[in-house]
This record gives sequence, C-alpha cells and structure tokens, in this order.
Amino acid sequence: MKLLDIATILNAQVITANELLDYEVTSACGSDLMSDVMAYVTENVVLLTGLINLQVIRTAEMMDIRAVIFVRGKQPLDSMIELALEKNIVLMTTDLTMFPACGKLYEAGLKNGFDSGR
Amino acid sequence: MSTIKLKYDIPANDFVAAGEASSNVKKKLAQIGIAADKIKKAAIAMYEAEINAVIHANGGTADVEICLDRVIIAIIDNGPGIPDLELAMTEGYSTASDNIREMGFGAGMGLPNMKKYADKLDINTEVGIGTKVTITVYFI
Repeated sequence: MKLLDIATILNAQVITANELLDYEVTSACGSDLMSDVMAYVTENVVLLTGLINLQVIRTAEMMDIRAVIFVRGKQPLDSMIELALEKNIVLMTTDLTMFPACGKLYEAGLKNGFDSGR
Repeated sequence: MSTIKLKYDIPANDFVAAGEASSNVKKKLAQIGIAADKIKKAAIAMYEAEINAVIHANGGTADVEICLDRVIIAIIDNGPGIPDLELAMTEGYSTASDNIREMGFGAGMGLPNMKKYADKLDINTEVGIGTKVTITVYFI
C-alpha cells in the first residue's frame, strides 16, 4: 500500500515529504512505547503513535521507518518536523484515535508490523 | 580501509539531544557503504545505550571504532552503576522515572534490545563508579 493511500484512508493531513507518498509499505504498528517499537518492529512499516517528542522521530530514523502518523489530531513539534525533513520521514496527522486508525489500515490490508515472536 | 575513530559527548539530562551520536554513526556507516541491516543493528543498539546514559547516568561519552569487518561502540558513563545486572537484563524491568516513561521509554527493553541487536555485548558496571557498555556489530 502506498503512503498516499494511507493518508486517504485515514483522512490524514500530510505534514512533511509529500514527494515520498509513493513509497510502499506492507505493515503498520501502533504504539506509544518507543522501546517496544525498537524491540519488535519489522520492515516496511508505518508507525501510528499519540506520542509527541523528538525521540519518536529518532526512533523512526533508527528503525528505518519511513512514515509516522500521529493520532487524535496531535501535531508534531517544529523540531520534529525539522528532523523528519532532514531524514526523509513522512509525517501525517489524523483526527482518528488509535484503535479506529489501526482498524481501518488493517481492514485495508496492512499487516501487523510487530513481531514479538509470540 | 583504515580504522575510523569517532568520539561523542552524550550531554546530561538532555532528552532532546539524545540520539544525535547514534544518528551520526548511522550516517557514517551508510556513507562508507555498510549493508543496511548491519547499520540498523548498530544504530538501534547504540541509540538504546545512549538513551540509557541520558536517563540513568547524567550522560557520558561514546567511543566508536569502525573497522573493516566490524563496528565497536563503547558508551561510558560515570553514573550510579547497575547493582543487579541479571535483573536489569530482564525484559520489562526498569528503574526509570514516570517522567521518562511519559517520553516513551523506560519500558525495561533497553538492555534486552541491546543484547538482541548487538552481535556481542559487554557490560562492565560498578555501583557508584559507572557503566561501560561495549556493543560490537560484525559486517560480515
């Protein structure tokens, strides 16, 4: 699924990197716990989170996560936008809360991006 | 390729700056053409160690040595040390404050994550003296 499709499904506002919306992802994970993201996230993933701080973008950078979607209408800080632009990470924000946002993407065919081995 | 040596300060109590050293090393490894999966392993392990130094130990330093076949990352702090290393290695065990948890960390996954992503992990720690975490990731 292209990031552009995700933006459409979630009725999300794209904040950075419009030019990268052709990028294909296969799975998603929803988490406010960056330690878990670093432990379990697989490849070609979008991250949905309600957490707003610079370490969200750092975590995405380390994990090669190409897109972060903020739920509940949360807006990233300027410092986050700046870092995301520098690292070519797409940021979006949706008014949906975490559960329906994940549900819609799951329904549309995205797989579970967490591999906890359990 | 000769060995590349890098040194970084990890500033104390600066949660915003945390990760800059790891980001820099990630970039450096990409520039010299290391495979993406190896870079990711090194970057995540180092980032967790960097975050730990900020959270628990008033910062510290990172010494990075990039050789032909491996990267060796040493994160050194003068923090409180780890009284029970075995316990600290347990998934979910954390002594981080609520403040840190609100930032999305302190879930007790830092050391287990380092172990997971490093090919070799050495931890030397002494209560009241500090901790040295040495992460090795092999490229081949």
